[in-house]
Amino acid sequence: MTTTVLPRVNYLNVKHTVASWLLTKDHKRIGIMYLIVVSLAFLIGGIFAALIRVELTTPLGDLVSDDTYNKLFTMHGVAMVFFVLIPAVPAILGNFALPLMIGAKDVAFPKINLLSWYIFVIGFLFTIAAGILGGVDTGWTFYTPYSSVYSNSNVLLTGIGIFIAGFSSILTGLNFMVTIHRMRAPGMTWFRLPLFIWALYATSLVQILGTPVIAITVLMLAVERALGFGFFDPRLGGDPVLFQHLFWFYSHPAVYIMILPPMGAISEVIACFSRKSIFGYSFVAFSSLAIAVFGFLVWAHHLFVSGISPYSAMVFSFLSFAVAIPSAIKTFNWTATMYRGAIWWQAPMMWVFGFMGLFLIGGLTGLFLAALGLDVHLHDTYFVVAHFHYIMVGGAIMGYFAGLHYWWPKMTGKMYSNSAATLAALLVFVGFNLTFFPQFIVGYLGMPRRYHAYADEFQVLNVLSSAGASIMGVGYTLIACYLLYSFFKGKDAGPNPWRAVGLEWETQSPPIPENFTEQPIVTAAPYGYETRESNVG
Amino acid sequence: MADGLVAHVDSHEHGEAHHPDLQHHFETLGQQHEAATLGMWVFLVTEVMFFGGLLMAYLLYRVWYPEAWAEGSLELDIVLGGFNTVVLIGSSLTMALAVRAAQTGLPKATVRWLLLTMALGLTFLVVKFFEYKHKWDLNHIPGENFTFEGPHAPQVEIFISLYFALTGLHALHMVIGFGILSVITWMAHRKRFTPEWSTPVELSGLYWHFVDIVWIFLFPLLYLVDRVHQLN
Repeated sequence: MTTTVLPRVNYLNVKHTVASWLLTKDHKRIGIMYLIVVSLAFLIGGIFAALIRVELTTPLGDLVSDDTYNKLFTMHGVAMVFFVLIPAVPAILGNFALPLMIGAKDVAFPKINLLSWYIFVIGFLFTIAAGILGGVDTGWTFYTPYSSVYSNSNVLLTGIGIFIAGFSSILTGLNFMVTIHRMRAPGMTWFRLPLFIWALYATSLVQILGTPVIAITVLMLAVERALGFGFFDPRLGGDPVLFQHLFWFYSHPAVYIMILPPMGAISEVIACFSRKSIFGYSFVAFSSLAIAVFGFLVWAHHLFVSGISPYSAMVFSFLSFAVAIPSAIKTFNWTATMYRGAIWWQAPMMWVFGFMGLFLIGGLTGLFLAALGLDVHLHDTYFVVAHFHYIMVGGAIMGYFAGLHYWWPKMTGKMYSNSAATLAALLVFVGFNLTFFPQFIVGYLGMPRRYHAYADEFQVLNVLSSAGASIMGVGYTLIACYLLYSFFKGKDAGPNPWRAVGLEWETQSPPIPENFTEQPIVTAAPYGYETRESNVG
Repeated sequence: MADGLVAHVDSHEHGEAHHPDLQHHFETLGQQHEAATLGMWVFLVTEVMFFGGLLMAYLLYRVWYPEAWAEGSLELDIVLGGFNTVVLIGSSLTMALAVRAAQTGLPKATVRWLLLTMALGLTFLVVKFFEYKHKWDLNHIPGENFTFEGPHAPQVEIFISLYFALTGLHALHMVIGFGILSVITWMAHRKRFTPEWSTPVELSGLYWHFVDIVWIFLFPLLYLVDRVHQLN
């Protein structure tokens, strides 16, 4: 078990030149390169968020002008949605772990994998350029006709950035789908796949079917804005609501691109740290696919007050309630997995606990918004802001950190300080709730989103919110510190510090460039923790 | 480490030489071919969704403004459009013959059919250029200077916008396809394809047929909206 083979060549130390990184086709190195860019985007998006929270500590719009504020929340949204949440788990953890977990040497198309990183970076640079040249103020949703005709900010440049970055997401999805179909090790049948792989597969489906639609929509917006074509222009009889339909046809399923892969990571971590097989494997697997499919049929719940017909609103309301079912199945199965498990209180599991609580609140408040009558009251208030942050930060980011802490020893070969990581999880959890729970209340009381000034009676709740955000900021900074420290000075983790089951733990840490010394052959279902525990003793 | 989950076999024992086109992370050429083919089909699905967004807009406005659609469609040259349709269908035939030639190990025939396919593609683009130029001369380009005489001019502008977006995007795909076929033709000329491995020819064939099929949809949707009234 503890036979260390450390002086071996691994994927990190095999070559040291910059070119060996920038021209690498190794999925593990590409995962690390995504980690660097996405972390940078997270920092930039976080700075925008900090400025928003500082502005909102007082009711008056005294720190920044209303125009600047519009740009701050727009660029916060653009950075976080397109350059953090969508790539975080698939492109970082998926790239690193997917081939290892299915016993492959690499993804199906390593060159395309590298290409998609470059496309991502180019899209990111366009978006940063748009920010430096004065920013963009339409909100991350780019609703027409404001974005196509009236906004004087850099809509075009931002749109091009998002258009380009979209192809990175498409290519990653394509690559993963083909990899899962064609690159599995002998004996790795579909129902022996770890649930993280099922989640990535469902995500690929959404990336492949959804992302091209946002690409063409942004392209239409760009052509309308730059050349004066008429697609959504009411002066010609065009329909701005068509833009909203096309936009949300992608952007609602995109929520599932953000949340499905973290859900998969949660399944891995929860089984490992409960020392139990996952409860109801096939239900968890198929609920991922169900979310991917149902996720495409709910987009118009963003349009309940945009003037769609009551009948379609009723159908979309019903379907939006229905999409909660597969998420609930997952949550129940995770809980049942922990039930009577031997729960091991390590840092990755702390993030799972945080995820479970926050995702539950985020999911349930989604049902409020799916209800037609209530949505009219809550639409465009802070209630909506709180709801989707509970899903995207409380769910997706907590799940991302659960996965990152779980696979970090495999990625770097080094172990971080467990107590520092536990403290960070706690800080983020407490800070997050303090930031966003008051926003449910203030939104229910009627505070609209996207304004830099507000009525005096909302100040107490907003100050709480800003205080929580600073606690969260400390938590995130702490993560960066101890992870970086562990990378340079950490103790060697060994091949399998968590005594976890799974092919990625059968190779050394960090893995050799070709992943496995011998072609693995799979002979059993995943998560055999019960039998393994009795073997190990 | 072996505790029931995995057993190991040595993958480095097979003595036969690797095919030069077999990439290191695949076990066999067959696996590589299947992966590449599936990847191409998945890519084509993304292309369908890409055009799908524009076609959704087309559908909505056609239902809303049928008269404008009829008016706009009559502005398009049915003869040139029909000619181009025949040209593209012909190029799909020559492409299929090129794939067949590559699979059966006939490099010269492969090059010949590929060159013919590219010639037909170029013909299409030249005709399309003159159609666009005609629209330019008539000030039928959407935007500030759009001029159109008729009862539904604003909605006709939407139609023409969609016409340019759809056919422009299609033409862009043709240009990209032309580039791909140039590379493939060069590779075929260098005798890179054998009956054992002709995947790139097959994949570019799939792409070319897709671009062709898009046009098969675009031609009736744009050129043939309400020609019955014209005949009467």
